[in-house]
Amino acid sequence: MRHMKIETAADGFATLTLDNADESMNLVSDAFIAEMMEATAQIAADDGIKGVILTSGKPTFMAGADLKLLVQGYDTMTLKSAFAFSQKASAMHRAIETSGKAWVAVMNGLALGGGFELALACHYRVLVDDPKAVVGLPEVNVGLLPGSGGTQRLIRIAGMKIGTELLLSGRAVKGAEALALGIVDAVVPVAEMDAAARAWLATGPDPVKPWDVKGYALPEQRGLIIPEYSAGMMITSGSVAKSGYNLPAPIAILSCIYEGAILPFDKALAVESKYFAKLLTSPVSRNIIRTTFLSKGAAERGAGRPAGIPKAEFKKIGVLGAGMMGAGIALVSAQVGVDVVLIDRDVESATKGKAYSETVLGKQIARGSMAQDKADAILTRITPTDDFALLEGCDLIIEAVFEDINIKAETTRKAEAIIPATTVYASNTSTLPISTLAEASARPDQFIGLHFFSPVDRMGLVEIIKGAKTSPATLAVALDFVAKLRKTPIVVNDSRGFYTSRVFQTLIHEGGAMLEEGVPPAVIENAAKAVGMPVGPLALLDELTFDLPLKIVEQAIEQEGSKYIVPAGVSAMKKMKAQGRSGRKTGGGFYDYPAEGGKKLWSGLSDIFPVSADYDVAELKQRFLYAQAIETARCREENVIETSEDGDLGAVYGWGFPAWTGGTLSYIDTIGVAKFVTECDRLAQKFGPRFAPSAWLRERAATGTGFY
Amino acid sequence: MDAYIFDHVRTPRGKGRPDGALHEVTSVQLVTQLLEAVRDRNSLDTALLDDVIIGTAQPVGEQGGVLARAAVLNAGYAESVAGQQVHRFCASGLDAVNLIAAQVHAGVMQAGIGGGVESMSRTVMGYDSGAWTSDPDVAFHNHYAPQGIGADMIATLDGFTREDVDGFAAESQRRAAQSWAEGRFKGAIVPVKDVIGEVLLDHDEHMRPGTTVESLGKLKAAFEGLGKGGFENVAKARYPEIEELSYVHHGGNSSGIVDGSGVVMIGSKEFGERAGMKPRARVVSYASMGSEPTIMLTAPADVTKKALKNAGMEVGDIDLFELNEAFASVVLRYMKHLNIPHDKVNVCGGAIAMGHPLGATGAMITGIVLDELERTGKSTGLITLCAANGLGTATIIERV
Repeated sequence: MRHMKIETAADGFATLTLDNADESMNLVSDAFIAEMMEATAQIAADDGIKGVILTSGKPTFMAGADLKLLVQGYDTMTLKSAFAFSQKASAMHRAIETSGKAWVAVMNGLALGGGFELALACHYRVLVDDPKAVVGLPEVNVGLLPGSGGTQRLIRIAGMKIGTELLLSGRAVKGAEALALGIVDAVVPVAEMDAAARAWLATGPDPVKPWDVKGYALPEQRGLIIPEYSAGMMITSGSVAKSGYNLPAPIAILSCIYEGAILPFDKALAVESKYFAKLLTSPVSRNIIRTTFLSKGAAERGAGRPAGIPKAEFKKIGVLGAGMMGAGIALVSAQVGVDVVLIDRDVESATKGKAYSETVLGKQIARGSMAQDKADAILTRITPTDDFALLEGCDLIIEAVFEDINIKAETTRKAEAIIPATTVYASNTSTLPISTLAEASARPDQFIGLHFFSPVDRMGLVEIIKGAKTSPATLAVALDFVAKLRKTPIVVNDSRGFYTSRVFQTLIHEGGAMLEEGVPPAVIENAAKAVGMPVGPLALLDELTFDLPLKIVEQAIEQEGSKYIVPAGVSAMKKMKAQGRSGRKTGGGFYDYPAEGGKKLWSGLSDIFPVSADYDVAELKQRFLYAQAIETARCREENVIETSEDGDLGAVYGWGFPAWTGGTLSYIDTIGVAKFVTECDRLAQKFGPRFAPSAWLRERAATGTGFY
Repeated sequence: MDAYIFDHVRTPRGKGRPDGALHEVTSVQLVTQLLEAVRDRNSLDTALLDDVIIGTAQPVGEQGGVLARAAVLNAGYAESVAGQQVHRFCASGLDAVNLIAAQVHAGVMQAGIGGGVESMSRTVMGYDSGAWTSDPDVAFHNHYAPQGIGADMIATLDGFTREDVDGFAAESQRRAAQSWAEGRFKGAIVPVKDVIGEVLLDHDEHMRPGTTVESLGKLKAAFEGLGKGGFENVAKARYPEIEELSYVHHGGNSSGIVDGSGVVMIGSKEFGERAGMKPRARVVSYASMGSEPTIMLTAPADVTKKALKNAGMEVGDIDLFELNEAFASVVLRYMKHLNIPHDKVNVCGGAIAMGHPLGATGAMITGIVLDELERTGKSTGLITLCAANGLGTATIIERV
């Protein structure tokens, strides 16, 4: 056995230690299952073994299934083979709990997903007393369900109510709570774990699970005859709608719970495997796993980083401009131990920028998630000033001043006069071309875009923009800094709006276009939310204020003239502006913002945009997704994004494109490029050239070339 | 063969709570006392009846097991009289009536009794569950939302304000109080007796005469919690034109939870001759249908059109309408969409005032409209109810 070893002590208790030979964590894989079956059979057959301690040779107990394996389910498995796959893992756990020996899971670190399912199959669970050692079944978050007995054991161990909550939320639980919920039996310091396990085994426990005792029945086995249970299922089914109708996992989990509770254990496991098979072979789990785990992890580990360049160190950086973005960048930098010189036109403005950090940290202290001394240390690292001379010795400059080419140019020159000749200079611009800004620099090869999202301390993505002259070494520095911040980078080439702002625009303009067509505004907002966008386009526009998108359009017309296709939503925005309603900051836009209660769609909208009954909600939903997807395809064609992974990461983490799609390009792949192009042609015919596929995309459709 | 209504009786409606006057009376006993009364006051030879069909919306526990047959035997009817249970949620009682009428029409039956019973204090709403609300796979994918959410969706989509629904409720109370005061129901009410033969209740106990829009205005909307718990999302998924759900319904403008029963005797002309009874009305037509299930409660308008079409009639041909007041918005929508004036609908008040004993109501309001047609000298009446999961049933009768 490569991934585990058995040692039997004099007291007759065997220790089975899991130690994945190929990875830094124990993962459920085919090889693991085979060895586990072998070990279990060996233990069951050995009369000398009186009990089993199952633990890990890694710092964690077990992280769960190998996502690299599961991501292939959609492309490689049938419903039947996925069912068999799940049943195999179920059989492994079943073999443990029916082995005739008592098993203790000694969880020396976190146990999640398949790892915690393994622990649930044991007869007693000891968890190390360590805040990092959490347990839980987070499968719902990757579009799956715990498919090797997790749904059935959890409801039988913790009860229906707790089990349902844990399975639907997928949340990880710390030791004290896990103990209180009854899903672990003991939480002890690491040094006492083995003794605790042996002490329990020494009591000679009966190695038969309650559900294997004749006459066992969950109270809910009588099903909907129990009125309170029926009402509970009704309410819970309704609550699942809060996460929308695009995610198949939550309701499949609830069905496993509901149907499994009525059945004897092995039949319940089979039903669980059937629902698991449906999820594993659905594109949604593939999409979520690929983008939010595999691609995200790879990007964070430096997938886009040029090779052969030493890792950059950051002791001190300069942040130019202490507005909302600069203040946020200063905070996140100081939080990872970097000294920050925060510059603005006067000390007062710079100090105001630092105050943002004080506010955020103050809230964390009030919540109890931050210690005062730690917060003080972070704040000490931020030096607010108007003196450029303090930039001496900075390892990186991030400029976040007003979005004006001349002001930015002047700032660049002032900073470069002070900073070391080797220092990389990054601009946080969201709209101005990096190559143009780099013209003000004496060292355009060291000039790069670092586009943070607002609020910086909560948004995980950073869009790194290479200008025409940006060197690979500069890109490496930028990626190293993003890695230091523990954020997710994507790397894009210079283009108007770069990647994320450019594609995001299509969403809001599509909303404006619909308004012009006579679609009722509530329908527009709900259709966007129904596909999984966090906020409707009209509400988004109100938050942005219309000036920004309009300014971008004006700039484009200036630069490209008649070649430029004016976005479909411009006319709606102009009409609103003429009414003096340019967004929330101007006192109202598409919405009214009463002092009391929530925002409400402005009652005057129907006068400016008369409502017509001629619309199809399914088509509205399609347009929102397609408008963003085809613009992303154009970015890929124009090499604005160099990889499909970056395109999808930017979509999901940059502007909230729904994760169930896996991102804009995964969405096209899920539909199939050929069908996508056919539908785009239809939409272009009906709504305009913004949907028209390019020759490049047609070629991909013809050759069946997807984005992955 | 024509089907005629010969008689109908009903119990008064007791509050459907442990302190309600009828709480101690079993469901089978409510039906038994009505079967006894309708037999005795007509000196009926029960062997002339073919079947008794009783509808219940919660046909489980003491209301399960074909309560109709148990009641037939309990009332001392001839053993040859069959019994059957029907279930179409709130329309059950009217469906029972229609089933008898249909078999008389078809010539396969001479006479029978159709009706319904619900002791809501004893067999609590929700005891009869089912896949439609509580099997996650079914409930989620069919966009199930509770009825109160449906009622508020109607109010939202049709623009009925809190004042509108409360105004309707106050008028229901006023009409019910006036009807009782004028004795309009006296021919139909059979007081319910206890085990030792003492009268427990002889009037509708749920009414709150004197209710006003102002007094109702103090009540808190009932379904916001459910909506915020996720059903608002369900509603918007089906009706994206809803910006925000307007929560206007509460206990005071929704049907009352009560205990009670009602039965209607229907038969052929020949049956009447043999039994020595005079027909009072002809059952002209009937219909049932499904409609969009999330909003759930909008079938009455469409099923009314269907029943009218079956009868070759128009809305204008009907003198009086009885639409069960499940929620105020249900009736407001019905009047609005069919363009029927309020003075033709539920003229004696409705379930908001007097209560809605689920499976029994269809039979009760059939009796009410017939009595009122007789009292006012009018001719045609239409009875309809919305039922759960988007169902609806309607019946048209004409005095003879």
